[in-house]
Amino acid sequence: MAGHKQDHDFYIPNSSIWPPVTCLGAGLFMFGMVSLLKFSSFAGKSLIVLGLLVLVFGMVQWFRVLIAESRARGFVNPPRVLDLANRYGMVFFIVSELMFFAGFFAAYFYIYGFNLEWPPSNIETLAAHLPAINTLILLTSGVTITWSHHALIKGNRAEARKFMFATWLLGVVFLLFQAYEYAHAAFSIDSGAYGSTFYMLTGFHGFHVFVGTVMLMVAHARLNRGDFTKENHFYFEAAAWYWHFVDVVWVGLFLFVYIIPS
Amino acid sequence: MSHTAVANNAHTSPKKKGFLYYLTTVNHKDIGAMYLVTALAFFFIGGLMAMFIRAELMAEGYQLVGQTITLMDLGFWQWKVSFGPDFFNQMTAMHATFMIFFAIIPALLGLGNYVVPIMIGSPDMAFPRLNNWSFWILPFAGMLMLGSFLVPGGANAAGWTVYPPLTNAQYSPGAGIDMWILAVHLAGASSILGAINFIVTILNMRAPGMTLFKMPMFSWSMLITAWLQLVATPVLAGAVTMLLTDRNFGTSFFNMAGGGDPVLFQHIFWFYSHPAVYIMILPAFGIISQVIETFSRKPLFGYATMVWAMAGIAILGCLVWAHHMFTVGMDPRAQIVFMFMTMFIAVPTGIKIFNWLATMWQGTLDFTVPMKYAIAFVGMFTIGGLSGVMLAIPPIDYAMHDTYFVVAHIHYVLFAGSFLGIMAGIYYWFPKITGRMYNEKWGNIHFWLTFIFSNLTFFPMHFLGLMGMPRRIPNYHPMYTDLNLIASIGSFALGAVQIILVINFFYSKKHGKPAGDNPWGAKTLEWSVSSPPPEHNFEKMPVVK
Repeated sequence: MAGHKQDHDFYIPNSSIWPPVTCLGAGLFMFGMVSLLKFSSFAGKSLIVLGLLVLVFGMVQWFRVLIAESRARGFVNPPRVLDLANRYGMVFFIVSELMFFAGFFAAYFYIYGFNLEWPPSNIETLAAHLPAINTLILLTSGVTITWSHHALIKGNRAEARKFMFATWLLGVVFLLFQAYEYAHAAFSIDSGAYGSTFYMLTGFHGFHVFVGTVMLMVAHARLNRGDFTKENHFYFEAAAWYWHFVDVVWVGLFLFVYIIPS
Repeated sequence: MSHTAVANNAHTSPKKKGFLYYLTTVNHKDIGAMYLVTALAFFFIGGLMAMFIRAELMAEGYQLVGQTITLMDLGFWQWKVSFGPDFFNQMTAMHATFMIFFAIIPALLGLGNYVVPIMIGSPDMAFPRLNNWSFWILPFAGMLMLGSFLVPGGANAAGWTVYPPLTNAQYSPGAGIDMWILAVHLAGASSILGAINFIVTILNMRAPGMTLFKMPMFSWSMLITAWLQLVATPVLAGAVTMLLTDRNFGTSFFNMAGGGDPVLFQHIFWFYSHPAVYIMILPAFGIISQVIETFSRKPLFGYATMVWAMAGIAILGCLVWAHHMFTVGMDPRAQIVFMFMTMFIAVPTGIKIFNWLATMWQGTLDFTVPMKYAIAFVGMFTIGGLSGVMLAIPPIDYAMHDTYFVVAHIHYVLFAGSFLGIMAGIYYWFPKITGRMYNEKWGNIHFWLTFIFSNLTFFPMHFLGLMGMPRRIPNYHPMYTDLNLIASIGSFALGAVQIILVINFFYSKKHGKPAGDNPWGAKTLEWSVSSPPPEHNFEKMPVVK
């Protein structure tokens, strides 16, 4: 928009190849899934790997462009409308994720109420120690991320980095514990409705913890690069919101899947 | 990017735009136009499937199912198609799938994408790159859906509602259902991210002075629709994910033997798919409101009540899903609750119908093609709405469930509602999008033929349903023959006359009379800029007083 003075604060990006590249990745992934499930396992796996590579590559490039644009603005406070757009966008994204889990929780409650005994007597349920520790881990990580955020606001970057590191480390530990639990469970995803709902809920939650952990790692890397300022650190906040969302879903899971039925 | 140059001579495009341009564009107008063209293509694909259904039902006995038909015979080479026993089932399932997910919703989103940012005085959507993503994922979803016809076992043959147990691994072993599910995942992701984009655009990017309650009704309708998409679509993703794992990974969500329940699927599926009906009709309400307002030369009657009525429809629409499942053996108390909730929807809908009539009352009516479509919409949609109230009453639903009465009802809602609404919108904004007028005479011919033949097609279905003809069955008792023949003749004519639309638009796009900025004398902002609008819509940010 050279030579033309803009009389509004909206940011209009140039054409970009990265959205269609990520579409291609998602499309290849889906065709790979079809092949894996019904036709050739080898072709399916190859297509899935290729699709994921293209998808992740496209997303990384897309986000690199976003970060570069943010850096190009020079970490001044962005215009209010831009900042608001990002915030609204992230909030509504989390709303959609919440509704995704709501669907699975609804299925869980329906099946819970529908079955005469829950958990079914032939299921050897998991002890609640590990999930209790995991609850503590996630709740602690909610504290550490807030600590990191406040440190950043106060301008204490070293402390912000330290607590950000602690947060994603807790995320990793959570995932390891969950993997351990999966490996030692006496039932699997095809052990009737109990196994189905258990693995579907905890599995999708675990995937979201993984995504949140990656977001936090990126936030850590950006902190190291000196990307955020005291007032302007939207990405940090978005990652934190997402992390709290993952946390809240886990508390629901812990209560309704582990504690109340047993 | 010489933005000013483009604005100054909007009729001469600066350079030829190739595939790469459209692949990478982030301009909401290009993306909106691509949505519309894609929707048109899928509309014809879905239409051909409807033609197959009507050809099969033209007479009693089997017309096409189980037959081999020679399409071309050159002596040394013949082109034959043979239709297997479940091809009819594939057609009914995929006709609905293509029309809902790939024709109606993209057409409405396309109009919204094109018009809403200009209407509210914004240079583009809030997340232009995400907007590009939401469009370009659709071709992949479409390829999965179309590709499912080529795999062994063919496409989904279990209805667009994919109810288990018919869709579980035992009864639908082919890849068709899996491809259907994965395609719905992609289309759903597009829908969710598109919804976020619309909500943020409308909440955040309005021009100075454009308060929410000054927004044109079409923007309101897109805002409310986007909310429904945001809240309901993820639940559909969950439902079909559970179906996918039931089919392939041994889960038991919908399997009685493992402690699950097939009825659970219906609950979760309809939690999305009933709001989906409103996703397909609310934008049409918005379009009709703009058109009636403009061609009655009066402000919309009861603007605020129109907004609240739409919000009321959206909220109630999320609480009525079980009226699709009265016959599964639900608790009668639940049936009564769902019956009353469903009937309540008639109240805000009635408010809208009467407000449209009151807007036209004593107005200086201008019977252009979009206005004719809008008036036809009001009348025919009312028929669909009233048959919906009938079906909401459980004892009546027990008798009518899965008969042609339901088919008549949904076609009066989705064809006479959504399709006529889309037509009103396309004729209304055609001059803005292309800068040229469509041919009025052929537009009128298209309208009258569509109006007559759609009633000829769908009205007899009411009687067929009342006589007890079941839906989704390729053969029937001889007593249904006459009405079916009428419906089939109507549908072939209805399909054929849509060619007029295509020819009119592609001809007028090049050779029509120049439209000027505001051929209709409309009041909303999109008519204050050139036709087609400059690259970023406004030379100067508009200020609304």
